[in-house]
Amino acid sequence: MRILVVLEHDERGLRLASRCALTLAREAAACSDGELELLVMGYEIGFVAQEAAAYAPVYCADLPGLQHCTADRAAKVIADAARDCGAGLVMGASTSWGKDCVGRAGGLLGGAMATDVTACAMRDGILAWRRAMFAGGVGAWIALEGDPLIVTVLPSAFDPAEPGGEAGEVTQMEVEEATLPNQIRFESAGTKSGGRPDVTEAAIVVSGGRAIRNSDDYERLIGGLADQMGAGTGSSRALVDAGITPNELQVGQTGKIVAPDLYLAIGISGAVQHLAGMKNSKVVAAINSDPEAPIFEFADYGLVGDAYEIIPELIATLSDDG
Amino acid sequence: MKILVPSKRVPDPDQRIRIAASGHAIEKDDLPFVLNPFDAISIEEALRIRDENRAGEDEGEVVVVGIGGAAYEKELRTAMAMGADRALLVECETAPDPWNVARILQAVVEREQPALVLMGKQAVDDDSNQVGQFLAALLDWPQATFASKIEFDAGRVRVTRETDMGIETVSMELPAVITADLRLNEPRYASLPAIMKAKRKPVDRIDCADLGIAIEPRVRILEMEPLVSKRTCVQVSSGTELLARLRDEVGVL
Ligand SMILES: Cc1cc2nc3c(=O)[nH]c(=O)nc-3n(C[C@H](O)[C@H](O)[C@H](O)COP(=O)(O)OP(=O)(O)OC[C@H]3O[C@@H](n4cnc5c(N)ncnc54)[C@H](O)[C@@H]3O)c2cc1C
Ligand SMILES: Nc1ncnc2c1ncn2[C@@H]1O[C@H](COP(=O)(O)O)[C@@H](O)[C@H]1O
Repeated sequence: MRILVVLEHDERGLRLASRCALTLAREAAACSDGELELLVMGYEIGFVAQEAAAYAPVYCADLPGLQHCTADRAAKVIADAARDCGAGLVMGASTSWGKDCVGRAGGLLGGAMATDVTACAMRDGILAWRRAMFAGGVGAWIALEGDPLIVTVLPSAFDPAEPGGEAGEVTQMEVEEATLPNQIRFESAGTKSGGRPDVTEAAIVVSGGRAIRNSDDYERLIGGLADQMGAGTGSSRALVDAGITPNELQVGQTGKIVAPDLYLAIGISGAVQHLAGMKNSKVVAAINSDPEAPIFEFADYGLVGDAYEIIPELIATLSDDG
Repeated sequence: MKILVPSKRVPDPDQRIRIAASGHAIEKDDLPFVLNPFDAISIEEALRIRDENRAGEDEGEVVVVGIGGAAYEKELRTAMAMGADRALLVECETAPDPWNVARILQAVVEREQPALVLMGKQAVDDDSNQVGQFLAALLDWPQATFASKIEFDAGRVRVTRETDMGIETVSMELPAVITADLRLNEPRYASLPAIMKAKRKPVDRIDCADLGIAIEPRVRILEMEPLVSKRTCVQVSSGTELLARLRDEVGVL
């Protein structure tokens, strides 16, 4: 079976999320006797295609009309590439771009799709996929029926793939600018706030919940501690709802799903919807004034106390050490 | 402008989910259901677009549509109590998978001819996050997923989107599909008189087969496992001890 993996990139190269998706793609290839082909799209992305070629053969769609690649165009390129190479499986990362664009491509390709997949296995001769449902309350193994299958991979469930295996050539896809759909006009994109690592990519995430009373406190306490640890920051939905943190910092069922080496939950109660986003972190530490807070059940280390007293202390200790 | 709002009935997110003995489904007996929270956000936005006359047209209609069993009527009435004008129920024995929901919605769109389909980014039971994208692809309409702001301007709709990178703005011609993210608005609660009034509003029932749709199953559940915590929590007594343990025992700092 041919497996087409759609890769995302930024100005530095392949996104980490896509390399994590490649890890599951390799597992899927191994258990289904499949071969990987990669797809990169954008404008002036020769360097991305070269980087991708270290993993497998690459289709490259490189033209001005794909610069800010909207879902109508991306989905068409993905669907065309899938048909051209006779893919039986199309994979991508479960990022906001992947959900938007690979999702739409899934609609063009017949809708046999699973999102946020965390494992695959052969079960009774069919390829089965594991994904969470009901805010992570249930882990399900599912089978997809149709051709091709479309799968988006939960990046935090995998380590990023390293180059190797069958390195490949780069084939330029013939896409005519004039045949691209023109339904969605890209207008602008804001740049990400602050210089901290992305919550989905950081090795350590310091996350704050309703205990934090305003944005100044969030920046001083959560941000301040994160900076001492070289960490990214996250938050519960309570703070997003209150306008204290931006949406892209929300960890949970309806936000980001993360699995850093250390997740430090501060003043977060541990609602299932929040747990859904962080319970697979390697180590979880929680600070909460309520000894009965459910988060402690899902933590390796717990400290009962007032965040407003403990965090300044932690920041002071770390800055003395550093 | 006519706005169609697909709305799903989902288990109350505050309830604990138990897996049925078959291991293929959840235990539904005694489980309270609610309108999918993201669909409540879509309904709220559709009502505001209608009532503020945001699209610059005097006539506005908000039509909700549910696809599933007869029990859906309760959530559709909740939507009408919030202020939706009409409700459609496409009756299917079980809620179909996202591909079939999208195919049914496509047929409903062809009947109803809305200028906008406004729906949730995800149903919080299966967390698929697929139907909006599928529907836009099937209709060959533009899409804007994860919307946090919707504005109209000379026949176009401009949508602010929540992405991994922050905020993005796109614009599209109508008709279009938009999926709602959390910050789009805060849905209203229906007042008691509105709830009473909604009891008398019609819910039009359509049989799935009358739409010319034969279900094409795409997703089969093989096995379900419950979530269990594998951790045991070590209580530490101070911040210094926490840092020391993280450093010495786990080596993460
Ligand atoms: C459909 C749906 C989807 C959702 N998706 C998400 C999601 O993706 N992510 C998410 O996070 N939530 C989500 N939620 C919301 C979730 O159910 C909880 O409401 C939310 O996670 C609570 O946030 P919190 O823990 O910060 O606040 P609370 O539950 O209010 O907890 C605050 C905690 O802080 C502690 N505290 C208070 N003061 C202090 C102090 N001074 N020092 C130390 N501790 C203190 C308290 O003891 C308490 O445990 C969703 C809800 C629904 C219905
Ligand atoms: N059975 C259904 N009936 C009506 N609308 C649905 C149904 N299933 C999904 N939807 C719509 O599709 C959105 C996304 O759902 P999903 O792709 O399943 O996560 C939901 O927020 C609803 O607006």
